[in-house]
Amino acid sequence: METRDLTVVFGGHAAVNGVDLTVPRNHFQSIIGPNGAGKTTLFNLISGQLRPSKGSILFKGTDITRLSPPLRTRMGMGRSFQITNVFPNLTVLENVRLAVQSRSGVRYNFFSALSRFDWMREEAFSLLETVMLDKKSDSPAKSLAHGEQRKLEIAMLLALKSDLLLFDEPTAGISVEEVPAILDVIRRIKAEGGRTILLIEHKMEMVLDLSDSVTVLFNGKFLANGSPKEIMDNELVQSAYLGGHYDDAS
Amino acid sequence: MDIVVNLLLNGLATGMLIFLLAAGLTLIFGLMDVLNFSHGGLFAWGAYAGVWMFALTGSFLASIAGAVIAGVVIGYIMERWIIRPVYGNHLQQILVTMGVMLVLGELLKVFWGPNTINAPVPSYLSGSWQIGGVILIKYRLFIIIVGLIVYLALHFLLNRTKLGLVVRAGVMNKEMIQALGYNIKRIFTLVFVLGAGMAALGGVLFAPYSGAVFSEMGLQFAILAFIVVVIGGMGSVKGSALASLLVGLSGAFMAYYLPDLSLAVNMLLMVFVLLVKPSGLFGIKG
Repeated sequence: METRDLTVVFGGHAAVNGVDLTVPRNHFQSIIGPNGAGKTTLFNLISGQLRPSKGSILFKGTDITRLSPPLRTRMGMGRSFQITNVFPNLTVLENVRLAVQSRSGVRYNFFSALSRFDWMREEAFSLLETVMLDKKSDSPAKSLAHGEQRKLEIAMLLALKSDLLLFDEPTAGISVEEVPAILDVIRRIKAEGGRTILLIEHKMEMVLDLSDSVTVLFNGKFLANGSPKEIMDNELVQSAYLGGHYDDAS
Repeated sequence: MDIVVNLLLNGLATGMLIFLLAAGLTLIFGLMDVLNFSHGGLFAWGAYAGVWMFALTGSFLASIAGAVIAGVVIGYIMERWIIRPVYGNHLQQILVTMGVMLVLGELLKVFWGPNTINAPVPSYLSGSWQIGGVILIKYRLFIIIVGLIVYLALHFLLNRTKLGLVVRAGVMNKEMIQALGYNIKRIFTLVFVLGAGMAALGGVLFAPYSGAVFSEMGLQFAILAFIVVVIGGMGSVKGSALASLLVGLSGAFMAYYLPDLSLAVNMLLMVFVLLVKPSGLFGIKG
C-alpha cells in the first residue's frame, strides 16, 4: 500500500496535505498525531469514502485512486469504523457467517441449506475463537457489550479475508476494562501474520507495543516515520505532538 | 358449537389468504423500503390465470402452477422495469404501483371480458365432512393446509438457507449488507418475484372459495394485507402470519355476531396496535 502526494482540500483547508506513505506488505504500522491531524481523513481516502484533490493511492501495485469502496473491499481492503456496525437481531455466529458467505460468492447455491456442519459455519466459528467470542456464538448480537460488538466486527472484517486491515481507533468508546481484550485480539491477528495492518490509536502504550513502525501526522502533513523507539526519541515529534515532555506511561 | 367451529375455519382460511399477500408485501417493504400497491393486481391475475388453466386442462394442480407462473413472470417484469427506477422514492412508488394496479385490472378485462367468471371447486375438494354434528367444508381446510405449508416453507427459507440469512440481515441494515459485498438489487428481485408468486397463489386459491373472479377482486385483500403488514411489523413474516390470522378471525366472528362493526374492527385493531407498539407486533424497523 502506498500513497503519493495525497492531498484533500476542504474549503481552502488542506486536511491531508501531500502525504507520501509506504506500508510494506505484512507490516504493522500505526498512525498517530494530535486531534485534527488528518488521520481519519487519510483512512477515508485510502478506503475510498473520500476522493483526493490531488495525488494517488496504490494497492498491490495498481492505482486504485478512482475505485469505489466496494471494489476496494473486493481487492482485499477491510476497514473498521469508529462506530460499531453489526446486525443486532442476528446471532453472533450468523453475523460472521454472512461475511464468510459473501466472500465465497452468493450466486452459487443460493437456496442451499445452512446445514449445520458445513465449512462456512466452521470457518465462522474459528474466527469467533480468534476474537474470543466463541462462547457467545448463539446469542443475538444486540445482547453483547460494546467491546464485544467491536470484537465481532473485527471477526467479520477477518472473514472477508482482507489482507490490508484499517483499524480506526478500535478502542474508542469502550470501557477501560474491555480495552485489554481488544488489544489481545489485535495482537493475535498480528501474530497470525499474512496481513498488513494500519492502526489509528491514541493510546500510546498500545501503539508502542504493537507497531513495527509509526507514522506521525501533524496538521495534515507527514511529520516523521520510524520504529516506535525512534519516534519516541524524535525531538520534532516530542515538541509537536507530545508537548516536549512525555513521561513513560507504561 | 358448530357455528363457532365454522367461523373459526372460515376466519383461518381468510387469514391464510391474507397472509399469502402480506408475506410478500412485508419482505418487499422491509428489504428495500418499497411500497407496492399493485400486489392486489397480482392476486387477481393469479385467480384469472388459474381459472383459465382449470377450464383448459381440468386439473386443479395445473391451475395452481399456471397461476404461480403468471405471478412470477409479471412480478419479474414489474420489478425489473417499473419498480427499479423508483427505488428510494416513496411518492413515485405509490403513484407508479397504483398505476400498475389499474393497468393489471384493465388488462384482465381485455383478455377475459368485463363480466365475472365462474370458478368451480374441483370435485375432490368440494363438499364437506360431517364429524359429530359439525360440518367441515373441505375446501376451507385445504386452504388452511396450503397456507400452513407456505408459511413453513417460507420459515425454512428465511431461517435455514443462505438466501434467508442475507434477506434477514438486509431487512435490518441494507447499507451494511452491501458493505459486505452483496448485490442487494439481485436479492431484492428474487424476493419481489417470490412475493408475486405467493400473491398469485393466494388469488388462485381464493377463486373457488368465492366461486367467481372479477377484475377488482384484489383490492379488498390488498387493503387487508396492508393492515396486516402494519399490525405484524414491517419486515416480519412471523408478525404477518399472526396478524393475518387475527384479522381473518376477527373479521369472521364480527361478521356473524356484530355485522355493523365487521369492517371497522380491522382498522380498530390496527389503531390499537399502533398506539401500544408503533413498530408492530414483531417489527424490526422502528
